[in-house]
Amino acid sequence: MTEKSLELKHPYERFLRKERMPHIWCEGCGNGIILNCFVRALDELNIDLNNVVVVSGIGCIGRISGYTNTDSFHTTHGRPIAFATGVKLAKPKLKVVVISGDGDLFAIGGNHFIHAARRNVDITVICANNFIYGMTGGQYGPTTPLEAWTTTTPYGNIEHAFNLVHLAAASGAVYVSRWTALHVRRLKESIKKALQKEGFSFIEAVSQCPEIYGRYNKMKTAISMMKWFKEASEVRNFSDPAKAEISPDKIIVGEFVDIEKPSYGRLLREMKAKLKTKQK
Amino acid sequence: MKIELESKAVLSGQHFLNGDVACAEGALAVGCRFFAGYPITPATEIAERMARRLPQVDGVYMQMEDEIGSIAAVLGASYAGVKSMTATSGPGFSLMLENIGLAIMTETPCVVVNIMRGGPSTGQPTMPGQQDVMQARWGSHGDYEIIALAPSSVQEMFDLTIEAFNLSETYRVPTFVLADEIVGHMWERVNIPSAKAIQVVNRKKPENPPSEYAPFKPDEDLVPPMASFGEGYRFHATGLTHDENGRPRTDSAEVQQRLVQRLCEKIRRNADKIVKVERILLEDAEVAVVAYGIASRAALSAVRKARAQGIKAGLLRLVTVWPFPDKQIEKIAQKVKALVVPEMNYGQIVREVRRVAKETPVVFMSKLGEEPHKPAEILDALRRL
Repeated sequence: MTEKSLELKHPYERFLRKERMPHIWCEGCGNGIILNCFVRALDELNIDLNNVVVVSGIGCIGRISGYTNTDSFHTTHGRPIAFATGVKLAKPKLKVVVISGDGDLFAIGGNHFIHAARRNVDITVICANNFIYGMTGGQYGPTTPLEAWTTTTPYGNIEHAFNLVHLAAASGAVYVSRWTALHVRRLKESIKKALQKEGFSFIEAVSQCPEIYGRYNKMKTAISMMKWFKEASEVRNFSDPAKAEISPDKIIVGEFVDIEKPSYGRLLREMKAKLKTKQK
Repeated sequence: MKIELESKAVLSGQHFLNGDVACAEGALAVGCRFFAGYPITPATEIAERMARRLPQVDGVYMQMEDEIGSIAAVLGASYAGVKSMTATSGPGFSLMLENIGLAIMTETPCVVVNIMRGGPSTGQPTMPGQQDVMQARWGSHGDYEIIALAPSSVQEMFDLTIEAFNLSETYRVPTFVLADEIVGHMWERVNIPSAKAIQVVNRKKPENPPSEYAPFKPDEDLVPPMASFGEGYRFHATGLTHDENGRPRTDSAEVQQRLVQRLCEKIRRNADKIVKVERILLEDAEVAVVAYGIASRAALSAVRKARAQGIKAGLLRLVTVWPFPDKQIEKIAQKVKALVVPEMNYGQIVREVRRVAKETPVVFMSKLGEEPHKPAEILDALRRL
């Protein structure tokens, strides 16, 4: 065998910035699975990578924008959706995807999320929900389950968690789904659907953080966390998102919303076209 | 409501406008096609004008959920290749400061207009102030340099907004138009030149192919050429300390040193090209006023009156506030026996003037609240020098 024939090329290499590897994520983290599903979705849709912009905020998953081989921007904490809104409206041909965490998108950035969904800005938001602030070492966040142990809930969490799919649906998102890092095929299919949808699409990707959340909450390994996903999750497509709260023994997954509504960009284009006829 | 529709980006001709509207027209004339903002007194008229005018010229007006979202959207639009701006006042400016830091770090051309009102906090929303001048310079964390211009007339609201965009595009730095409520709200004649006569500067674009593009590798002027999203360059930008390729380098003192130094030096080394002042009756002056914005108008009147009374007074009007006109002030401080600095705050730019003037005495005149300085007050100060 010649040396050349031993050269192996990863089939998804063109989607990643190789020089940025290894990534910063811990062993067993779900972020790699989400990145994997995302690039497979791009591949299967055959999207021109020159027209994709990945925007992320601060946190573990926030580093994803540095790894995708697209135009990308790593914003301040909580602001990727607002930044992405500017990108999309300034250059509508771009496919703009926000990939960020539960704290970034729903604590510090919560206001931008609900308003972008209400406006129906034509972007896709993927939230890696790992129930905790991982980058800062394990503080509770807006999706941390009641009673969970974190470094800032040393006596157990006494805050109620956001039900993200309900929040997204109520805010006006035209496509809403939830999968876990265990549901790789469905997650990938869901991302494909979201990318093709006109308007604000939202995917909650429940992700394991064995190193911090798991370790603090009796699921020390990625396997044990994914076992929880396997045992607790139940696929119920188009069920009421209001009744899809995540609990220790139930994670309802599936598509919750898939509706048609004119996007902000479309309404803006129509308004400008109308204006043009008046100006003449 | 029937509104007469303009259609051109540059409304050449003579107009009677208020400062906020003139600012919006200046932005349109220099090619701004994206505005994101949040209503706030006394800057709202800029947003209203942009909401009406931008769709006419195929631009985008975006009313965001707050000022944090506004500035973030402005950065996004700028990276998509569109000249963009926002306009606000003190409380909104405070909210924007973190992402102004992001604009500095990611070298995003953008213009932020601050129509200053009375502070701190909610303060006096409909009253003038010049209280955010130091905030504009130092409000975001870390070390950096920015550019800030201080218009003193409605015509200058038009002219300096153009200038702000041109500087921002040249140096890839957020540039501020620091006006006060009076300049924003007063009505004056404005001459808008023909489109051809307006100088328009666009950011440098990379000349090398995407495979060789390093998004933060500077040219000799310390400014890196800027590709836009969707042009095939597929580059990454981050608020983290980064190397010339845009890669985060959170563990390298050398990269931190090099980056912060360049972000500061690209402005400092070009200060002579950036700084503009207006020198009035300074040739033989024995006493001088240093002023900017609304306070400079009363100062001009006071200087003329002083001359009529035989006092050799002059005025140095700061058009550029940041970078600070050190050299220009130093030159005058060496010539005159004293300087007067009237400001609508409790003492901000006067600190810089004192730093530069060294031994030359500097008299500070504070004014807070509704009324700007009266010419007679400044005249009185000149007479007592």
